[in-house]
Amino acid sequence: MPLDLVLNVAISGVLTGLVYGLMALGLSVIFGVVRVVNFAHGEMMTVAMYAATILFSVLKLDPFLAALPVATAFFAFGYGLQKTLINPFVTRPMHSQFILLLAIAIILVNGLLVIFGPDARNVQVDYQLDSFEIGGILIDKARLYAATAALVAATALFAFFRFSLTGKAIRACADNYLGAKVVGLNVKHLYALTFGLGSACVAIAGCALSVLLEVTPQLGPVMTLLAFVIVIIGGMGSMAGALLGGVLIGTSEALAGLFITPSAKSMFSFGLLILVLLFRPQGLLGTRA
Amino acid sequence: MDRRTFSRNVALVGAAAALSPFGIVRAQQQKLRVGMLLPRSGYLGFIGQSCQKGADLAPGVIRDMLGVEVELMNADFESSVDTARTRAERLIQEGANVLIGAFDSGASAAIAQVAEQRGVPFIVNIAAAPQITEQGYKYVYRVFPTSIDLLRNGLSLIGDLFQTTNTVPRTAVFMHVNDTFGQSMAKGIGAMLPRLTQLPFKIVDTIPYDPTAKDLTVEVSKARASNPDFLLIVSRLNDAIVLRREMVKQRWNPMGIISPGSPGMYEEQFFKTLGKLSDYCITNVPWYNPKQPLTQRVEKAFAKQNPKDQMPYHALNVGFTFEAVLVAADAFKRAKTTEPKALTEAIRGTGIRDRMMIGGPIRFNAKGQVEEQMSASIQNFNLKPRVVLPASAAEAKPVFPVPGYRKA
Repeated sequence: MPLDLVLNVAISGVLTGLVYGLMALGLSVIFGVVRVVNFAHGEMMTVAMYAATILFSVLKLDPFLAALPVATAFFAFGYGLQKTLINPFVTRPMHSQFILLLAIAIILVNGLLVIFGPDARNVQVDYQLDSFEIGGILIDKARLYAATAALVAATALFAFFRFSLTGKAIRACADNYLGAKVVGLNVKHLYALTFGLGSACVAIAGCALSVLLEVTPQLGPVMTLLAFVIVIIGGMGSMAGALLGGVLIGTSEALAGLFITPSAKSMFSFGLLILVLLFRPQGLLGTRA
Repeated sequence: MDRRTFSRNVALVGAAAALSPFGIVRAQQQKLRVGMLLPRSGYLGFIGQSCQKGADLAPGVIRDMLGVEVELMNADFESSVDTARTRAERLIQEGANVLIGAFDSGASAAIAQVAEQRGVPFIVNIAAAPQITEQGYKYVYRVFPTSIDLLRNGLSLIGDLFQTTNTVPRTAVFMHVNDTFGQSMAKGIGAMLPRLTQLPFKIVDTIPYDPTAKDLTVEVSKARASNPDFLLIVSRLNDAIVLRREMVKQRWNPMGIISPGSPGMYEEQFFKTLGKLSDYCITNVPWYNPKQPLTQRVEKAFAKQNPKDQMPYHALNVGFTFEAVLVAADAFKRAKTTEPKALTEAIRGTGIRDRMMIGGPIRFNAKGQVEEQMSASIQNFNLKPRVVLPASAAEAKPVFPVPGYRKA
């Protein structure tokens, strides 16, 4: 098999994986701190994709620029959602949280169906069909921009948690809920902030993906499942793990499609999931509970 | 109400209730209730909506033609085989006299099982998998050619195309969707191509892919790496759009893209989404004869119902869906009843000469399959599908090899 073909496919897989990783990062951050699994994660990303397509069709706003207002709106939405609806469920059993977030997911999908109908929508930017050529390797411009946006957003999030006081306070809440309360941290506010940040991540991922994929309301559940596979492989609650999981899934799917058969792409990522569950149940970068 | 009127009404209701199991009351039904099963949402949504346009205009045209009343009972099966099965059950429960659908082979096969179990006639408008009419079903009929006929006609037209354009491509990559339809087409090509020695090319790689795929980077990279002279494709609509875009991204310019008989590249959405990138794609499919009086009648009704739309974008979908309703209405007129067995017998005895689509009369063989269907070679020019072969029906000359793409 020609080397440039393998490299083409592998690079494309890594770039797509980075965007998937950013999407899963939101899920991982929320679970890592709030200990709530956001079962409406993919649906929220679909809403962000629709927002990007609308901003493009109405204002001709490039999705990468649209990511700023959409992420801000999603931060506010996530903050409000956690503060009003999810917070009372934080201490309740997992099945109650599951039902609540599943209900939100169903409302989002059906809301999108009512508003936009079942037809696929997309964004058509000038550079969408262009590629960079380096040697014999073609790199899809839109995919490269999307991956860069994902890396920038992920780095900013890492820096926020590592260096800012608020970030450190959120990490303290995640490490020791009772201790955080004892030292006087406003845990409810910090939880809402975390949910807002996770939602902003998913909004940026949605805007980036809108230049790569067509969006339909039914995309939500597919993306929720994908985000779960990624965070389970990377390690639930691990930020670096989410990115690593995304890259692994993107690359392994691409290479499985090349070396085995394209029909086996999804099969391969689920195979990887089973292997991780068998031999490292906490995920590749996760820590044992 | 006096006592005498009350007693008479009770007696009438009682008689109706007593006779209905024997179909005596039902036999007097004045209109035919047609359960129309189409994928109006999901990944086949655009094509399902296109078929629906053919169904919507049918009652009016048929009323004028045959004096028969047709009531449509529309059901969207959301491009899901399981939903198709449950929607079919529900339509029968709600009183559909005949089922029509379902564009997709997998869904049509599922509906066929329901129709056969419940003893309700089912007319397949579009679906090509041969097994649908190979199961020995008594209630299943199909107005669309099987994938074997589609392929035979489609491959023969590819030979004609090369002859007309004096080209001799030596290699092709075959990409196909991996659903029921795609698999049966692939099987047919595998069996048929080695025997067609007049075709100068051989397939250097076969690449199946998921019709719901959002990204075909790997598939197109693989196809491009084989460096074939042209791309032979069996697609659906959304994947055809994704695939064409990916070809442009990867700067892959083969001599042409040819479908031996699948949807996608002649659909309105293909033109709308891709603009100039849709040009020069070739599809060999059954098509309507624009010179037929019935076509002109349907075209008029189409323009009235869809003033912003043009029928060439929906030719195959509207044509076969309309003809399926016509078969049902014609049978109802002759049977003079909606009683399932009589209606099915009448469908079996169909002989419609005045039709829209190119081919012989609509007549079913013992398996319930219409024979003598023909295909035309359609090439996209200036965002419109045009007949380029056979020469007798051609609206334009075929272009092969195609010029390199330009940005839309």
